[in-house]
Amino acid sequence: MKIVSGDNILITYALGSCVGTCIYDGVAGIMGLSHILLPEKNLCPGDTNVYKFADSALSKMVSEMKAYGASVHRMNAKIAGGAHMFASSTIKIGERNVQMVKSELNRLGIRIIGSDVGNNYGRTMECHAADGRVLIKTVNRSIVTI
Amino acid sequence: MDKYNIEELNSMQLDVLREIGNIGAGNAATALASLLSDKVDMAVPVLRILEMDEVTASIGGPENPVVGILLAMSGDVSGLMMFVLEDKFFGMLIKSILGKDCDDLSSLDEMDLSLLKEIGNILAGAYLNAMAQLTGLTIKISPPDIAADMAGAIMSLPAAMFGMVGDKALIIREEFIKGERITSHLIMVPELDSLNLILKRLGVM
Repeated sequence: MKIVSGDNILITYALGSCVGTCIYDGVAGIMGLSHILLPEKNLCPGDTNVYKFADSALSKMVSEMKAYGASVHRMNAKIAGGAHMFASSTIKIGERNVQMVKSELNRLGIRIIGSDVGNNYGRTMECHAADGRVLIKTVNRSIVTI
Repeated sequence: MDKYNIEELNSMQLDVLREIGNIGAGNAATALASLLSDKVDMAVPVLRILEMDEVTASIGGPENPVVGILLAMSGDVSGLMMFVLEDKFFGMLIKSILGKDCDDLSSLDEMDLSLLKEIGNILAGAYLNAMAQLTGLTIKISPPDIAADMAGAIMSLPAAMFGMVGDKALIIREEFIKGERITSHLIMVPELDSLNLILKRLGVM
Protein backbone atom coordinates (compact mmCIF):
# COMPACT_ATOMS: atom_id res chain seq x y z
CA MET A 1 0.00 0.00 0.00
CA LYS A 2 1.30 3.43 -0.91
CA ILE A 3 -0.03 6.96 -0.76
CA VAL A 4 1.37 9.85 -2.79
CA SER A 5 0.54 13.34 -3.97
CA GLY A 6 1.93 15.79 -6.54
CA ASP A 7 2.94 14.31 -9.86
CA ASN A 8 4.11 10.98 -8.51
CA ILE A 9 3.31 7.68 -10.20
CA LEU A 10 2.31 4.54 -8.34
CA ILE A 11 2.83 1.16 -9.99
CA THR A 12 1.81 -2.31 -9.01
CA TYR A 13 3.25 -5.01 -11.26
CA ALA A 14 1.71 -8.12 -12.71
CA LEU A 15 -1.62 -8.44 -10.95
CA GLY A 16 -3.00 -11.91 -11.55
CA SER A 17 -5.84 -12.94 -9.27
CA CYS A 18 -4.79 -10.08 -6.97
CA VAL A 19 -6.74 -6.83 -7.20
CA GLY A 20 -5.21 -3.36 -7.36
CA THR A 21 -7.39 -0.51 -6.08
CA CYS A 22 -6.42 3.06 -6.85
CA ILE A 23 -8.32 5.61 -4.76
CA TYR A 24 -7.99 9.27 -5.71
CA ASP A 25 -9.06 12.59 -4.25
CA GLY A 26 -8.53 14.91 -7.18
CA VAL A 27 -9.11 18.10 -5.19
CA ALA A 28 -6.52 17.32 -2.53
CA GLY A 29 -4.35 15.60 -5.15
CA ILE A 30 -3.89 12.55 -2.95
CA MET A 31 -3.74 9.06 -4.38
CA GLY A 32 -3.52 5.66 -2.70
CA LEU A 33 -2.85 2.28 -4.29
CA SER A 34 -3.64 -1.02 -2.59
CA HIS A 35 -2.72 -4.51 -3.83
CA ILE A 36 -4.66 -7.28 -2.14
CA LEU A 37 -4.01 -11.00 -2.40
CA LEU A 38 -7.05 -12.51 -0.74
CA PRO A 39 -10.63 -11.43 -0.05
CA GLU A 40 -10.88 -12.04 3.67
CA LYS A 41 -8.69 -11.84 6.75
CA ASN A 42 -10.26 -14.92 8.27
CA LEU A 43 -8.72 -17.11 5.52
CA CYS A 44 -5.38 -16.66 7.32
CA PRO A 45 -5.94 -16.65 11.04
CA GLY A 46 -2.95 -15.10 12.77
CA ASP A 47 -1.76 -13.12 9.78
CA THR A 48 -1.37 -9.53 10.93
CA ASN A 49 -0.70 -7.96 7.53
CA VAL A 50 -3.91 -5.96 7.02
CA TYR A 51 -2.82 -4.82 3.53
CA LYS A 52 -3.06 -8.36 2.16
CA PHE A 53 -6.83 -8.70 2.50
CA ALA A 54 -9.64 -6.79 0.79
CA ASP A 55 -11.79 -6.63 3.91
CA SER A 56 -9.08 -4.88 5.94
CA ALA A 57 -6.80 -3.15 3.41
CA LEU A 58 -9.18 -0.62 1.88
CA SER A 59 -10.60 0.89 5.05
CA LYS A 60 -7.03 1.18 6.39
CA MET A 61 -5.83 2.92 3.24
CA VAL A 62 -8.78 5.32 3.25
CA SER A 63 -8.18 6.30 6.86
CA GLU A 64 -4.48 6.91 6.13
CA MET A 65 -5.40 9.00 3.09
CA LYS A 66 -7.69 11.06 5.33
CA ALA A 67 -4.76 11.68 7.66
CA TYR A 68 -2.95 13.24 4.68
CA GLY A 69 -5.86 15.56 4.06
CA ALA A 70 -8.02 13.60 1.62
CA SER A 71 -11.76 13.52 2.06
CA VAL A 72 -13.96 10.46 1.51
CA HIS A 73 -16.77 12.29 -0.26
CA ARG A 74 -14.28 13.45 -2.93
CA MET A 75 -12.70 10.02 -3.42
CA ASN A 76 -13.30 7.74 -6.36
CA ALA A 77 -11.77 4.39 -7.22
CA LYS A 78 -10.36 2.50 -10.18
CA ILE A 79 -9.77 -1.23 -9.90
CA ALA A 80 -7.85 -3.80 -11.95
CA GLY A 81 -6.83 -7.45 -11.74
CA GLY A 82 -8.88 -10.32 -10.36
CA ALA A 83 -8.03 -12.55 -13.31
CA HIS A 84 -8.64 -16.29 -13.45
CA MET A 85 -5.12 -17.32 -14.48
CA PHE A 86 -5.58 -21.08 -14.61
CA ALA A 87 -8.69 -22.42 -16.32
CA SER A 88 -9.06 -25.53 -14.19
CA SER A 89 -8.64 -23.87 -10.83
CA THR A 90 -11.87 -24.28 -8.90
CA ILE A 91 -11.10 -21.75 -6.20
CA LYS A 92 -12.09 -18.54 -7.88
CA ILE A 93 -9.81 -16.24 -5.93
CA GLY A 94 -9.77 -13.50 -8.57
CA GLU A 95 -13.54 -13.31 -8.72
CA ARG A 96 -13.88 -13.37 -4.92
CA ASN A 97 -11.26 -10.64 -4.61
CA VAL A 98 -13.14 -8.40 -7.05
CA GLN A 99 -16.45 -8.99 -5.26
CA MET A 100 -14.97 -8.16 -1.88
CA VAL A 101 -13.19 -5.03 -3.16
CA LYS A 102 -16.44 -3.81 -4.72
CA SER A 103 -18.45 -4.45 -1.59
CA GLU A 104 -15.82 -2.74 0.60
CA LEU A 105 -15.77 0.33 -1.66
CA ASN A 106 -19.55 0.39 -1.56
CA ARG A 107 -19.53 0.16 2.23
CA LEU A 108 -17.00 2.99 2.43
CA GLY A 109 -19.12 5.10 0.07
CA ILE A 110 -16.51 5.34 -2.68
CA ARG A 111 -17.69 5.19 -6.27
CA ILE A 112 -15.89 3.00 -8.82
CA ILE A 113 -15.31 5.09 -11.95
CA GLY A 114 -13.08 2.70 -13.87
CA SER A 115 -12.33 -0.99 -13.89
CA ASP A 116 -10.48 -3.61 -15.88
CA VAL A 117 -11.02 -6.90 -14.08
CA GLY A 118 -11.51 -10.62 -14.66
CA ASN A 119 -10.57 -12.60 -17.76
CA ASN A 120 -7.39 -14.68 -17.77
CA TYR A 121 -4.40 -12.40 -18.13
CA GLY A 122 -2.02 -10.44 -15.91
CA ARG A 123 -2.08 -6.67 -15.62
CA THR A 124 0.37 -4.00 -14.50
CA MET A 125 -1.33 -0.92 -13.10
CA GLU A 126 0.28 2.51 -13.42
CA CYS A 127 -1.48 5.30 -11.54
CA HIS A 128 -0.74 9.01 -12.07
CA ALA A 129 -1.35 11.22 -9.06
CA ALA A 130 -1.20 14.40 -11.16
CA ASP A 131 -4.49 13.72 -12.96
CA GLY A 132 -5.87 10.39 -11.67
CA ARG A 133 -5.14 8.53 -14.89
CA VAL A 134 -4.64 4.76 -14.54
CA LEU A 135 -2.87 2.82 -17.29
CA ILE A 136 -3.24 -0.94 -17.62
CA LYS A 137 -0.40 -2.82 -19.30
CA THR A 138 -0.53 -6.46 -20.36
CA VAL A 139 1.69 -8.87 -22.28
CA ASN A 140 -0.27 -9.22 -25.51
CA ARG A 141 -2.70 -6.33 -25.51
CA SER A 142 -2.35 -2.62 -26.11
CA ILE A 143 -2.30 -0.24 -23.16
CA VAL A 144 -5.71 0.68 -21.77
CA THR A 145 -6.46 3.86 -19.82
CA ILE A 146 -9.22 3.64 -17.25
CA MET B 1 4.83 -33.99 18.08
CA ASP B 2 5.55 -30.49 16.80
CA LYS B 3 4.69 -29.71 13.25
CA TYR B 4 7.26 -28.02 11.09
CA ASN B 5 6.32 -25.14 8.87
CA ILE B 6 8.39 -24.56 5.73
CA GLU B 7 10.32 -21.70 7.33
CA GLU B 8 11.24 -23.77 10.40
CA LEU B 9 13.07 -26.56 8.63
CA ASN B 10 16.54 -27.33 9.95
CA SER B 11 19.61 -27.90 7.81
CA MET B 12 19.32 -31.70 7.89
CA GLN B 13 15.71 -31.60 6.75
CA LEU B 14 16.66 -29.19 3.99
CA ASP B 15 19.50 -31.48 2.91
CA VAL B 16 17.09 -34.37 2.55
CA LEU B 17 14.70 -32.28 0.48
CA ARG B 18 17.63 -31.06 -1.60
CA GLU B 19 18.60 -34.66 -2.29
CA ILE B 20 15.09 -35.41 -3.52
CA GLY B 21 15.51 -32.36 -5.72
CA ASN B 22 18.79 -33.74 -7.10
CA ILE B 23 17.32 -37.13 -7.92
CA GLY B 24 14.22 -35.50 -9.39
CA ALA B 25 16.36 -33.18 -11.52
CA GLY B 26 18.33 -36.18 -12.79
CA ASN B 27 15.09 -37.91 -13.73
CA ALA B 28 13.87 -34.72 -15.39
CA ALA B 29 17.06 -34.32 -17.46
CA THR B 30 16.74 -37.94 -18.60
CA ALA B 31 13.10 -37.40 -19.57
CA LEU B 32 14.00 -34.23 -21.43
CA ALA B 33 16.86 -35.94 -23.27
CA SER B 34 14.58 -38.74 -24.48
CA LEU B 35 11.91 -36.23 -25.55
CA LEU B 36 14.43 -34.25 -27.55
CA SER B 37 16.44 -37.32 -28.66
CA ASP B 38 19.52 -35.38 -27.70
CA LYS B 39 22.02 -35.12 -24.90
CA VAL B 40 20.95 -32.86 -22.05
CA ASP B 41 23.31 -31.96 -19.23
CA MET B 42 22.32 -30.38 -15.98
CA ALA B 43 23.88 -28.23 -13.32
CA VAL B 44 23.37 -29.10 -9.65
CA PRO B 45 19.89 -27.85 -8.79
CA VAL B 46 19.53 -25.20 -6.12
CA LEU B 47 16.84 -25.58 -3.49
CA ARG B 48 15.78 -22.51 -1.58
CA ILE B 49 13.13 -21.43 0.85
CA LEU B 50 11.88 -18.02 -0.15
CA GLU B 51 9.29 -15.43 0.77
CA MET B 52 6.57 -15.15 -1.84
CA ASP B 53 7.82 -11.82 -3.20
CA GLU B 54 11.33 -13.27 -3.41
CA VAL B 55 9.94 -16.18 -5.44
CA THR B 56 8.76 -13.74 -8.08
CA ALA B 57 12.12 -11.95 -7.99
CA SER B 58 13.96 -15.26 -8.36
CA ILE B 59 12.04 -16.12 -11.52
CA GLY B 60 13.13 -12.91 -13.21
CA GLY B 61 10.93 -10.27 -11.61
CA PRO B 62 7.17 -9.66 -11.75
CA GLU B 63 6.99 -8.71 -15.43
CA ASN B 64 9.25 -11.46 -16.78
CA PRO B 65 7.31 -13.35 -19.47
CA VAL B 66 7.09 -17.00 -18.46
CA VAL B 67 5.05 -20.12 -18.93
CA GLY B 68 3.68 -21.70 -15.76
CA ILE B 69 2.37 -25.24 -15.60
CA LEU B 70 0.28 -25.94 -12.56
CA LEU B 71 -0.43 -29.35 -11.08
CA ALA B 72 -2.32 -30.28 -7.96
CA MET B 73 -0.99 -33.12 -5.78
CA SER B 74 -3.34 -35.49 -4.04
CA GLY B 75 -3.21 -38.94 -2.46
CA ASP B 76 -0.91 -39.17 0.59
CA VAL B 77 0.49 -35.73 -0.18
CA SER B 78 -1.67 -32.72 -1.00
CA GLY B 79 -0.61 -29.38 -2.31
CA LEU B 80 0.31 -27.51 -5.45
CA MET B 81 3.24 -27.77 -7.76
CA MET B 82 4.18 -25.23 -10.39
CA PHE B 83 6.73 -25.56 -13.14
CA VAL B 84 7.96 -22.24 -14.48
CA LEU B 85 9.79 -22.05 -17.81
CA GLU B 86 11.61 -18.92 -18.90
CA ASP B 87 11.46 -17.77 -22.54
CA LYS B 88 14.76 -19.38 -23.61
CA PHE B 89 13.55 -22.72 -22.27
CA PHE B 90 10.15 -22.79 -23.98
CA GLY B 91 11.70 -21.32 -27.14
CA MET B 92 14.20 -24.20 -27.25
CA LEU B 93 11.52 -26.86 -26.65
CA ILE B 94 9.29 -25.55 -29.40
CA LYS B 95 12.20 -25.13 -31.80
CA SER B 96 13.49 -28.67 -31.13
CA ILE B 97 10.16 -30.47 -31.22
CA LEU B 98 7.97 -28.44 -33.57
CA GLY B 99 10.75 -26.82 -35.59
CA LYS B 100 9.26 -23.37 -35.14
CA ASP B 101 10.87 -20.17 -33.94
CA CYS B 102 9.20 -18.81 -30.87
CA ASP B 103 10.84 -16.20 -28.78
CA ASP B 104 8.04 -14.50 -26.93
CA LEU B 105 4.70 -15.25 -25.33
CA SER B 106 2.62 -13.66 -28.08
CA SER B 107 3.86 -16.19 -30.63
CA LEU B 108 2.65 -19.19 -28.61
CA ASP B 109 -0.39 -20.88 -30.16
CA GLU B 110 -2.70 -23.62 -28.84
CA MET B 111 -0.48 -26.39 -30.17
CA ASP B 112 2.61 -24.91 -28.49
CA LEU B 113 0.81 -24.52 -25.17
CA SER B 114 -0.47 -28.06 -25.35
CA LEU B 115 3.08 -29.32 -25.96
CA LEU B 116 4.49 -27.27 -23.08
CA LYS B 117 1.74 -28.47 -20.80
CA GLU B 118 2.64 -32.06 -21.53
CA ILE B 119 6.35 -31.42 -20.99
CA GLY B 120 5.60 -29.71 -17.68
CA ASN B 121 3.60 -32.75 -16.74
CA ILE B 122 6.50 -35.09 -17.58
CA LEU B 123 9.11 -32.99 -15.76
CA ALA B 124 6.94 -32.53 -12.68
CA GLY B 125 6.32 -36.28 -12.73
CA ALA B 126 10.09 -36.84 -12.67
CA TYR B 127 10.35 -34.97 -9.36
CA LEU B 128 7.27 -36.54 -7.87
CA ASN B 129 8.48 -40.01 -8.73
CA ALA B 130 11.72 -39.32 -6.88
CA MET B 131 9.74 -38.18 -3.88
CA ALA B 132 7.30 -41.09 -4.03
CA GLN B 133 10.11 -43.63 -4.30
CA LEU B 134 12.10 -42.23 -1.40
CA THR B 135 9.14 -41.80 0.91
CA GLY B 136 7.03 -44.78 -0.12
CA LEU B 137 4.08 -42.41 -0.32
CA THR B 138 1.46 -42.41 -3.06
CA ILE B 139 1.31 -39.07 -4.83
CA LYS B 140 -1.21 -38.46 -7.58
CA ILE B 141 -1.12 -35.46 -9.83
CA SER B 142 -3.98 -33.67 -11.53
CA PRO B 143 -4.01 -33.01 -15.28
CA PRO B 144 -1.74 -30.01 -15.92
CA ASP B 145 -3.03 -26.51 -16.43
CA ILE B 146 -1.07 -23.79 -18.17
CA ALA B 147 -0.78 -20.00 -18.29
CA ALA B 148 1.62 -17.88 -20.32
CA ASP B 149 1.95 -14.42 -18.82
CA MET B 150 3.94 -12.17 -16.51
CA ALA B 151 5.67 -14.08 -13.70
CA GLY B 152 3.91 -12.10 -10.97
CA ALA B 153 0.48 -12.82 -12.40
CA ILE B 154 1.26 -16.53 -12.79
CA MET B 155 2.44 -16.69 -9.18
CA SER B 156 -0.71 -15.07 -7.84
CA LEU B 157 -2.62 -18.34 -7.54
CA PRO B 158 0.07 -20.25 -5.62
CA ALA B 159 0.71 -17.05 -3.64
CA ALA B 160 -2.91 -16.93 -2.59
CA MET B 161 -2.78 -20.61 -1.67
CA PHE B 162 0.51 -20.15 0.24
CA GLY B 163 -0.98 -17.08 1.80
CA MET B 164 -3.37 -19.34 3.63
CA VAL B 165 -0.66 -21.65 5.02
CA GLY B 166 2.41 -19.45 5.43
CA ASP B 167 4.40 -16.94 3.49
CA LYS B 168 7.26 -19.10 2.28
CA ALA B 169 7.72 -21.49 -0.58
CA LEU B 170 10.07 -24.27 -1.52
CA ILE B 171 11.68 -23.58 -4.87
CA ILE B 172 14.07 -25.67 -6.92
CA ARG B 173 15.97 -23.87 -9.64
CA GLU B 174 17.31 -26.22 -12.25
CA GLU B 175 19.60 -25.47 -15.14
CA PHE B 176 19.68 -27.76 -18.13
CA ILE B 177 22.46 -27.42 -20.63
CA LYS B 178 21.71 -28.14 -24.24
CA GLY B 179 23.98 -25.87 -26.21
CA GLU B 180 23.12 -23.01 -23.89
CA ARG B 181 21.92 -22.87 -20.32
CA ILE B 182 18.18 -22.92 -19.93
CA THR B 183 16.49 -22.48 -16.61
CA SER B 184 13.35 -23.90 -15.10
CA HIS B 185 11.95 -23.39 -11.64
CA LEU B 186 9.87 -25.86 -9.71
CA ILE B 187 7.80 -24.36 -6.93
CA MET B 188 6.29 -26.70 -4.39
CA VAL B 189 3.56 -25.91 -1.92
CA PRO B 190 2.87 -28.98 0.15
CA GLU B 191 0.19 -28.58 2.77
CA LEU B 192 1.57 -28.47 6.29
CA ASP B 193 0.49 -32.01 7.16
CA SER B 194 1.91 -33.37 3.92
CA LEU B 195 5.28 -31.67 4.46
CA ASN B 196 5.47 -33.21 7.90
CA LEU B 197 4.49 -36.65 6.60
CA ILE B 198 7.27 -36.44 3.99
CA LEU B 199 9.86 -35.48 6.62
CA LYS B 200 8.69 -38.28 8.87
CA ARG B 201 8.97 -40.86 6.11
CA LEU B 202 12.47 -39.63 5.31
CA GLY B 203 13.47 -40.12 8.93
CA VAL B 204 14.27 -36.49 9.70
CA MET B 205 11.49 -35.73 12.11
